Amino acid sequence: MISHFLKLEWKQFIRSASFGKSLGLKILMGFFALYFILSFLTIGIGGYFILKKIFPESDPLQIVNSYLLFAILGDLIFRYLMQKLPIMNIKPMLTLQIKKSTLVHYVLGKSSFSFFNILGLFFYIPFALVLIKEGYNVAGVLGWLLTMILIIQSTNFLNFIINKNNIAFAILSLILISLVGLQKFDIVDVVGFGGHLFDVIYANPIYSLFGVVLLILLYQLNYKQLHGQVYLDAAVSVKVEEVNTSDMTWANKLGDVAPFIKNDIRLIWRNKRTKTVFLMSFLFLFYGLIFFTQETYQEMPAMLMFAALFVTGGFTLNYGQFIPAWDSAHYKMLMSQGFKYRKFLESKWVLMVAMTTILYVLSFPYLYFGTDIFLIITAGAVFNIGFNSLFLLYSGSFNRKKIDLTKSGFGNTQGTSATQFLIIVPLMLLPMLLFWIFNKFVGHNTGFIIVATVGIISLSLKNYALNFIEKKYIKDKYAMINAFGKEA
Amino acid sequence: MITIDTISKKYGQAEVLNVKSIDIPTGQSFGLVGNNGAGKTTLFNILLDLIRPTTGSVTSHNIQVSQHEDWKKFTGSFIDESFLIGYLTPEEYFEFIGDLRGMNKADIGSFLNQFEEFFNGEIIGKKKYLRDFSKGNQKKAGIVAAMMGSPKVIVLDEPFANLDPTTQIRLKTIIKKLTENKEITVLISSHDLTHITEVCERIVVLDKGVLVKDLETSPATLKELESYFSV
Repeated sequence: MISHFLKLEWKQFIRSASFGKSLGLKILMGFFALYFILSFLTIGIGGYFILKKIFPESDPLQIVNSYLLFAILGDLIFRYLMQKLPIMNIKPMLTLQIKKSTLVHYVLGKSSFSFFNILGLFFYIPFALVLIKEGYNVAGVLGWLLTMILIIQSTNFLNFIINKNNIAFAILSLILISLVGLQKFDIVDVVGFGGHLFDVIYANPIYSLFGVVLLILLYQLNYKQLHGQVYLDAAVSVKVEEVNTSDMTWANKLGDVAPFIKNDIRLIWRNKRTKTVFLMSFLFLFYGLIFFTQETYQEMPAMLMFAALFVTGGFTLNYGQFIPAWDSAHYKMLMSQGFKYRKFLESKWVLMVAMTTILYVLSFPYLYFGTDIFLIITAGAVFNIGFNSLFLLYSGSFNRKKIDLTKSGFGNTQGTSATQFLIIVPLMLLPMLLFWIFNKFVGHNTGFIIVATVGIISLSLKNYALNFIEKKYIKDKYAMINAFGKEA
Repeated sequence: MITIDTISKKYGQAEVLNVKSIDIPTGQSFGLVGNNGAGKTTLFNILLDLIRPTTGSVTSHNIQVSQHEDWKKFTGSFIDESFLIGYLTPEEYFEFIGDLRGMNKADIGSFLNQFEEFFNGEIIGKKKYLRDFSKGNQKKAGIVAAMMGSPKVIVLDEPFANLDPTTQIRLKTIIKKLTENKEITVLISSHDLTHITEVCERIVVLDKGVLVKDLETSPATLKELESYFSV
């Protein structure tokens, strides 16, 4: 039976959307994966020596130990937000001749190997190896490592018991905050206590068996809970969302583009991925803080421009690059309706411009960093509004990848093709280059002026550009319908 | 009047459709039958300018569909669920389509009232997104949306599939009523021979992309079709 399941897992893996991607994207994603693994490995191996160097008089293991409690709680909260039990996988097997208990063990067992459980090992295992090499007690280190693995696994199963229960989440956050608070105000020495706890395990590795008991207990709890719920109307059910309808009659004032604007707002708010894009665009507002506060970047005008473009352009860049693939699911229907294609494009344009304007207004606090920074942001905003919005509409006509809106939002690369990489050149590199050249060779203020001017010129050519873009979309209509009709 | 003129569609070497000529007079209820892969949906997609034919052209009310887009104003269609917008409620979807077809809120309201019986209390006011409806109820919404804005041509691909028996009967009544005055042309395809002989005055049979039968419906038609398909 297990071999059957393993075969299925393998097929699911190699036939998954991320493997069906073009070669270039595969290589890129491979690099990212490698990068993360390597960085964890580096921290794992180098961590010991770094700690030793910074705190020569203390024991690196004890330092790590003293913060483990926070790491575990943080991990739990992270999992609460991100990790879900992969229960839907067993739906096709419910009516087959497989024992229910086997299915439950399969689901639970599978979750043991999830990404969330593996990532930490890239730190703990090399760290433990370094400890052994540095002459720590082998049994102690192995007991400690075993405890870490058991704790990771226990967190895994504890998370499924909490299972999106908001009260549990509130309690968890409260514990974490109060622990930090207690430590901060020197009421209780949480760090010392947590450290002591794990020091004891190192000294007496036999205590790691407590972890085994805990894990078995949690597994059993999960098993019991799930076993009674393997029904289509219980655990294996598709969640039906509550509707949130809001009055959008205000949008009617926008005239011809109103139906599309209303539709787009609903699209953004009611689908996970678009909602992520929308909320992330507000996070990008803070992107500038990384660059504007660092001395090193003050001498790198191109990087400042880069940051400035992102401050106001979070929405335009992230949403705009997938136009019109957001509408890919019902693209056929749109194409059989009698409306001017231009209205459809214009509604997207209005949306991008409106969001950039809002983000620009919200970026006013950057004045704190001086007028120069603020002028860069302003130039970036003008460029985003004038050039980037229109250019993204144009580049959208090259999008041939369907996006399934019902799929999750985070880290979803569906719809990505070479287009998304190529467009970075005019969107980001062009203004950076212009800014750099004029800043360096002509004089200080010309940098802002030239970037803003490109934006303003593009804006004044909007009608002409939209005519051109509309023609391109109409020309590519059949190719798009065909591509969007294919499974992503 | 819809004229299909030497339409063919090839994918590489494989020809999936090759129809010499079909004239569909205004007001006719036109039925299309054929086994899977006969080319029914391809033909409808070409009719709606969603796919380009390899040769030939379709003219609808004097407009060649691949050249001008004015035919969209008087053509309503529902091909499959991809015609729905999953993240909207049915009410919002009707509002969207109504807006595109130049109807105001009051128009949409009175239009939907006609279909109260057809909806059977399962569509309006359900507080659910279209993607969460059952296949049958999705279809109901799609079919009704295709009739919005008083179209002169209505194209429905397999409208009876997934509908419950009561709704099937109600849909038949609706289709018959549409073509009563000989002003609205209705094109439907179906796998159910009984339904299609009941509502269509003309039935065309496609087989592997080729027109094999073009029948005016009579009491004998159902028998003829049944014997044709029982190979």
